[in-house]
Amino acid sequence: MQWEAVIGLEVHVQLATESKIFSGASTRFGAEPNSQACVIDLGMPGVLPVLNEKAVEMAVMFGLAVNSEIPQRSTFERKNYFYPDLPKGYQTSQMEEPIVGPGYLDIPVGESESKRIRIHHAHLEEDAGKSLHEDFHGMTGVDLNRAGTPLLEIVSEPDMNSAKEAVAYLRGIHSIVTYLGISDGNMAEGSLRCDANVSVRPKGQEKLGTRCEIKNVNSFRFVEKAINHEIERQIELIEDGGRVVQETRLYDPDEDETRSMRTKEEANDYRYFPCPDLLPVELDEAYIQHLKEGLPELPEQKRERFTSQLGLSEYDAQVLSASRPLADYFDRVAELSGDAKLAANWVTGEFSAQLNRENLDIAQAPLAPEQLAGLLKRLLDETINGKAAKQVFAALWAGEGHTADDIIEAKGLKQVTDTGAIEAIIDEVLANNQPQVDQYKAAEPDKRGKMIGFFVGQVMKASKGTANPQAVNQLLKDKLDQA
Amino acid sequence: MTLEAEDLHKVAHLARLTLDPQVIDDYSQAIGNILELVDEMQAIDTQGVLPMAHPMDATQRLRSDEVTEEVDRDQLQNQAPATEQGLYLVPRVVE
Repeated sequence: MQWEAVIGLEVHVQLATESKIFSGASTRFGAEPNSQACVIDLGMPGVLPVLNEKAVEMAVMFGLAVNSEIPQRSTFERKNYFYPDLPKGYQTSQMEEPIVGPGYLDIPVGESESKRIRIHHAHLEEDAGKSLHEDFHGMTGVDLNRAGTPLLEIVSEPDMNSAKEAVAYLRGIHSIVTYLGISDGNMAEGSLRCDANVSVRPKGQEKLGTRCEIKNVNSFRFVEKAINHEIERQIELIEDGGRVVQETRLYDPDEDETRSMRTKEEANDYRYFPCPDLLPVELDEAYIQHLKEGLPELPEQKRERFTSQLGLSEYDAQVLSASRPLADYFDRVAELSGDAKLAANWVTGEFSAQLNRENLDIAQAPLAPEQLAGLLKRLLDETINGKAAKQVFAALWAGEGHTADDIIEAKGLKQVTDTGAIEAIIDEVLANNQPQVDQYKAAEPDKRGKMIGFFVGQVMKASKGTANPQAVNQLLKDKLDQA
Repeated sequence: MTLEAEDLHKVAHLARLTLDPQVIDDYSQAIGNILELVDEMQAIDTQGVLPMAHPMDATQRLRSDEVTEEVDRDQLQNQAPATEQGLYLVPRVVE
């Protein structure tokens, strides 16, 4: 039987505020345990939460970026459950009237197609603390620093049908929140976390199968693996005559498997009710309009500009617009060098390859856009050829000189375009390789194209790589064919 | 309307409350009365009425995003039954 997977994602994005969503305690990562958990975060009697305006602003910016409706009114509810890292006994969240209404995100599928994934809503809530289950004399240690950190939970519709699509969607969300600067998007530190709802059904069937929720998928690679694994598990289970039970499963990256976490009836009776400590939030049209006007150019708009205005391929535009630092870097190189296509080739090619080899982030690149653009300019005005450009690039990267011009000068890489000088080298090469010259002349014209490579190589070698390859080609042809 | 004893046990469990067997009848009756009141209200036509999110007719004040809270961890942890290395210790939770 042919099966179809149906996937919906809940993405939790930690918002990059200075202080918590309902208190003035710091949100800095990596502080001493409990040094940033104030009386409000601890849920001490008599304290009152006050909403952080920046968290509201960031949520609305996200909503605008994914074409969502932004309702004028939004309210907070309490989600009740008991766990030691939730000191109040409830999580302040939103359900009835979330801050961000329905929207959508278009994700790339295949070469140049796209697919629309609907976003059901996004809501603000507070994060919980962290439980450490290492042995503290048979007890659990609780660090509440993270309690009260603002989260935006983005809930998709079940519009994805493969792990690849789910990853593309997650990448899309990641690039939007980092473009907007509303989150650092650091998955290793938990700034972006993802739960996946996965079910399978026979292809063509309308009715959805029973779903499982997979938690603890904290990297793009794990999302893909965990979902693929879960799809296989469900199909095998059904084909063996079993039945999928609705439950929460935990992904274990070491074993590459999902495991049952807890059964449903215990956990999911959260008894939501309106939070009496928080009044409804009202946003007027002018406020929303103001934020809309302040939005930066988003990945999709960049992609569009890169293809239609700069003439890049769909693929290059996709790669370059995926992260804002990379897009900004490229934009700068393209502008300074004056040749967008050449800039795209170098930024996605040599430059990105070098970053990967050294496992560096773009912010750590030893080469500023100005330096790379300076190199490309010399390539464009034919001061150097492509081979020399690679040497200059390596030298700039290694810090052997500050500008391309310094390195070209120091290493004597200036391209020889002077016809007289090249001709002199060619004459010498031809004189030293008389047998090959004779062979060439005896050959059929259609074989000669291939044979000329030998002479080009010899001339380039004799010029120490500085001769202009086009000129060498042309002059060689002229000389060999006329003689 | 009275609440079934089973439902009462369920909500008590969710709220982590222990019920004295003697009070179960009384509680079922009392909570049942409240539910009856809710039932009566359900009969009212609320078409076109915006649900009230809060009895105070006001909107939420927002605070600017600044770190204003100083945390005196030692003082706060004085009240905890057990702490170690800055962590609050609780009976082991195993998932």
